Amino acid sequence: MHRAAQIALVILTLAAGIGEATSAGSQDFAAVERGRYLANAADCGSCHTVPGSDHPLSGGRPIETPFGTLVAPNITSDRETGIGAWSDDEFDAAVRTGMRRDGKRLYPAMPFPYFARMTREDIKDIRAYLETVEPVHNPVKVNQLPFPLNQRMAMTVWDKLYFTPGEFMERSDKSKQWNRGAYLVEGPGHCGACHTPKTALGGDKSDKRFQGYTLQGWVAPDITSGQGPLADWSADDLAQYLKTGHNRFAAAAGLMGEVVELSTSKLSDDDTKAMAAYLKDQSGPKPAADSSADSHVMAAGGAIYQDLCAACHKSDGTGVPNLIPNLSHAATVNTGDPTTVLRVILQGAQSVATDKEPTGPAMPAFGWQLNDAQVAAVATYVRNHWGKAPPVSEDEAKKERTALDARTN
Amino acid sequence: MARKLPRKDVVIIGLGWTGSIMAYELADAGLDVIAIERGPWRNTATDYPPGYAADELRYRIRHELFLSPGQTTFTFRNKMSEAALPIRSWGAFMPPNGVGGGGVHWNAETWRFLPSDFVLKTHLTERYGAGFLPGDMTIQDWGVTYDELEPHYDRFEYLCGTSGQAGNIKGTIMEGGNPFEGPRSRAYPNPPQDQPFGHTLFGKAARELGYKPFPQPSGNMSRPYQNPLGVRLGPCTYCGFCEWFGCGNYSKASPQTTVLPALVRKPNFTARDNSEVTRINIDSSGKRATGVTFVDASGDEWEQPADLVVLSAYTIFNVQLLLLSGIGKAYDPAANTGVVGRNFTHQTISDVVSFFDPEKFVFNPFIASGAIGMCIDEFNGDNFDHGPHGFVGGGYVGQVQTNGRPIETTPVPPGTPLWGAAWKKAVKDNYQSAIKPGTGVHGSMYSYRDVYVDLDPTYKDRFNRPLVRITMDFHDNEIKQNKFLTDKFAEIFQAMGARQVHKEYRKAPYDITKYQTTHLCGGAIMGTDPGTSALNRYLQSWDVPNLFVLGASAFPQNAGYNPTGTVAALAYWAADAIRSKYLKNPGQLINA
Repeated sequence: MHRAAQIALVILTLAAGIGEATSAGSQDFAAVERGRYLANAADCGSCHTVPGSDHPLSGGRPIETPFGTLVAPNITSDRETGIGAWSDDEFDAAVRTGMRRDGKRLYPAMPFPYFARMTREDIKDIRAYLETVEPVHNPVKVNQLPFPLNQRMAMTVWDKLYFTPGEFMERSDKSKQWNRGAYLVEGPGHCGACHTPKTALGGDKSDKRFQGYTLQGWVAPDITSGQGPLADWSADDLAQYLKTGHNRFAAAAGLMGEVVELSTSKLSDDDTKAMAAYLKDQSGPKPAADSSADSHVMAAGGAIYQDLCAACHKSDGTGVPNLIPNLSHAATVNTGDPTTVLRVILQGAQSVATDKEPTGPAMPAFGWQLNDAQVAAVATYVRNHWGKAPPVSEDEAKKERTALDARTN
Repeated sequence: MARKLPRKDVVIIGLGWTGSIMAYELADAGLDVIAIERGPWRNTATDYPPGYAADELRYRIRHELFLSPGQTTFTFRNKMSEAALPIRSWGAFMPPNGVGGGGVHWNAETWRFLPSDFVLKTHLTERYGAGFLPGDMTIQDWGVTYDELEPHYDRFEYLCGTSGQAGNIKGTIMEGGNPFEGPRSRAYPNPPQDQPFGHTLFGKAARELGYKPFPQPSGNMSRPYQNPLGVRLGPCTYCGFCEWFGCGNYSKASPQTTVLPALVRKPNFTARDNSEVTRINIDSSGKRATGVTFVDASGDEWEQPADLVVLSAYTIFNVQLLLLSGIGKAYDPAANTGVVGRNFTHQTISDVVSFFDPEKFVFNPFIASGAIGMCIDEFNGDNFDHGPHGFVGGGYVGQVQTNGRPIETTPVPPGTPLWGAAWKKAVKDNYQSAIKPGTGVHGSMYSYRDVYVDLDPTYKDRFNRPLVRITMDFHDNEIKQNKFLTDKFAEIFQAMGARQVHKEYRKAPYDITKYQTTHLCGGAIMGTDPGTSALNRYLQSWDVPNLFVLGASAFPQNAGYNPTGTVAALAYWAADAIRSKYLKNPGQLINA
C-alpha cells in the first residue's frame, strides 16, 4: 500500500515536471490569478463546459453554427484528450491564430479573431490557470460538419478574408477606461462574435460591428449606442446588466444569461464599467421604423397582452426594474428579427441569477395556451405598440414553434 | 435496510417557511445543511404561472398544491368517547405539500401576537383570578416574551417586504396603525396596499363607531421591493388569487420569492425533494438524535446521519414524527401526563355576509389580494375587559375580502335556492354589492385537556405507521367568544349601510368538513417546564437536545391572529439561539 502510494507520487512528480518544461505559470500565484480572470473574461466555460457538468472545461458541448454543429474540445490538461501535452507555443497559436497543433486550422466558432487581440502573456496566464483545473479524460469528436465543410483546408481562405492578426493597440486619443473597455470587448470578451452580423461565409461584417445577429436560436441584439435599441441605456445601466444580469430595462436569459453567469458577473466593477464606456461609444444606425402592422392584429395582440402579460410587464410595458423586463425598451423585442420574442412567448425564459441579483426571475411558457396566430399577434403588439419593429406573421410563429420543438436546449 | 448517506452537520425536515429560514441561517453560519421535503420542488414561473395560476377549480376545489389524502391523512373525532375515522377529503384545514409549504398558498397575513399572548396564563390569572378560567382549560405561558421576539418579527417582515402601517413604534402610538400592537423597532418596509371600496367603507364605518381601524399587514407587495438577502418582489396586481394559490407574479412573499433564491446559491446547502422522512433516529441513550430515515419517490429507504436535526414540517406532522420516533412522553389525557400531543388547538372563525343595495354600492369584489383589508383589534386577546362577558380570548375582525372568485365567492341572501335559475339570478343581482370577508372574525382557540392528538389505534399510512388521531371539539368559552365577536363585527356592516346582514356563527360541534383556516397549533409546545411542554423556550427538545422543532406546533394555545409571523419569528429566534449558544456548546440550553 505504502509502495503504491510512493509510485503514484513519483508519477505525479514526473507529470508535473513535464508541465514545468512547457510553462512555469502554474507555479506562479499571480499568473494563475490573472489567467483565471482572463479565462472568465473570455468566457471559456460557456463553450468548453457542458452545462451542469461536474467537470469544467472538459469539452463536449455542441456549438451550433450556420454551417452545422461543432463540439467544443477538452481544454483541461489531460495529456491524451486535452491540452496537457501541448507546448505554450502550440497553445498560443491555437488561441490567437486559430492554428491547431497538427497545423490544421480551427473553425471560427473558436473566436480566435478576437482572442488575437490578447498578448502572449495573457495566453500564457490562461494556460497557467487551465493547468490548475482538474484534468479530465474526455475524447471529443470535435468536427461534426458535413462534407465538404468538414475539410479544414477552406479555413485558409477564410482566414485571409476575415482574420486580422495583431494585438490590441491602445488609442492615445481615448481615455484609459475606454481603452480597457475596448480591449475587453474586442479581445477576451469577444462581444462581436455574437452581436456582429455575419457574411454568408460566417465572417464578421466589419462595417456593421455590434449591430445584431441571430445564433443558436437567440437574437443577439444591436448593442451599439446612440440610436440603437440601447440608446436609452446609460453606461451605468449597461455595466449593471453585465455585472448582475439585470437592470431597469432588461434581464439576461438564454446565451447572454450564460455570458453573465460565467463571465461578466465575475469581472470587476471597473472592468464592466469600462466595457460599458466603450460600447456606449459605438455608434450605430437608427432602426428602421415599420408601421405596417395590421390594426386588427394589433387589437388582438393588445387584448392578449392585457390578459397574459400585463400582470408582470404592466399595461404600459415598463415592467419592474431588475425583476421584469421593460418591453418598451427591450433590445431583443424592438429589433428586426423576432426570434427571441417568439421563443420567449412560446417557451418561457429563465433569467440569470447572480450574487448581486440572486432572484433569477423567470417567464412562463405560453406556447401551450396560444395558437400560432395568437402568438404572432401578441408578438406583433409588443414589437409595434411601443417601438416600431416589423410585424410577425403566423407563419413565422409556426416556424419558430417547429424549430423549438426540434431543439434540445 | 436503509442505505446510509454521508453525514451532514444539519438535516432539516420540511422546506417551508421555517425550514427555509433555518436552512439559510445555518448554512450562513457555515454548516453543511440538507433539507428533506416530502413534496415536489416548486418554482414560481413554471409551477404556478400567471397563465393558469388563477384556476379556482384546479387549486381551490381540487387542492393541487396540497398533500393528497391518498399519501397520508388523519383520523378525527370530536370526543374521546367516539371512534375516530379517516379524513378522505380536506375540509377544516389544508395540509401543505412541496417546497415552500404553506408559504406558497397562504394569504400572507403577517401579524405579530400581542405581548400578553406570550404570558397568557399569568396575565389572565393576574387580571381576572384563576377561578375565571374554565377548569379544563390548559393554557400556558410560552417561555419567551414579545420583547425577546421583536427583533425576529422585524427580520421576517423585512424578509417578506410586509406592507402595512405601524401602530406602535418604540412606544409611540402611530396614527392609522394598530394602537394595540406591541412596540416595534421600526415601521413596516412598505406602505399598506391600496384599499378597495368595500374595505375603505368598512374602515370609515368602524372609525365612526369609535374604533381604530387599520390596514391589515400584508405580504402582498404594495410596491417593488428588494429584501435584505437581495431577492426581489414585484408589485401586487390585486388579482384576488392568493389563498390556495401560488403567486406567479413574484408579488406574494413566499420562501420562493424571499429566501430560496439566496439559499440555493450556498454551496453548503442541499435540498432533497419528493422524499418523506419516516422517523428521526435516536441513539441507544435515547438522548441524542443521530439523523433521519426517509423514503424517496422510488420507494427506496435512506438514512441521513446528522449532528443536528431540525423538525420543521406542518404542525401535525411534527407531532406525528415525535410520536413515531419515541421522542418525549406521549400525552395521556386521562392521566393528564405526557407532553407530546397535548394543547392541540385550531381556530374559531366566523363570518358576516352582508348585502347592500346594488343601485348604491358597487364593490368590484374581484379587486383583492390575500391580506387586503381594514381591521380592528379592540376585541383581540385581552384588549378589552372580559369580566362582564364570561369568556377569555378574542380575535381581530375585519373586512378582509380576499377575492371575488367565481365558484366560491358568490354570496346570495339566505333563503335563495341552492341551484337553478333563481340562484343564478341572485348571484348576478348581488355579486357586485355583497361582502363576504375571507377571514371576517379571526378568533383564538385556547387549549383544553380533552383536545389533543395521538396515534390512531386502527388506521395506518402507506408505510404501515399509525395515522395521527385528532380529538377536537369547541368548548363554551370559544362559542361565547365567537358570538360576541360576530355580533360586534355585524354592527359595523350595519353602520356601513347594509340592507341585510347574515351572521354565520361558529357553532359546536367542531366540523372537520368546514374550512376554517390552516392554522393548526400545538401538540409539541414550548414552555418552561418539561412536565408540561415538549420544547424549551428555544424550541429545543427537552428530551433530545440536538433536535429543534419549529412551527405552530410550539404554540401552547392559539391567539387571535394568523400564525405565520409568529412561526417565522420563532424560527429566527431558534436559529439565533443555535448560532449564538448551541454551536459553541452543543447540549441542553436550559437546565430544568
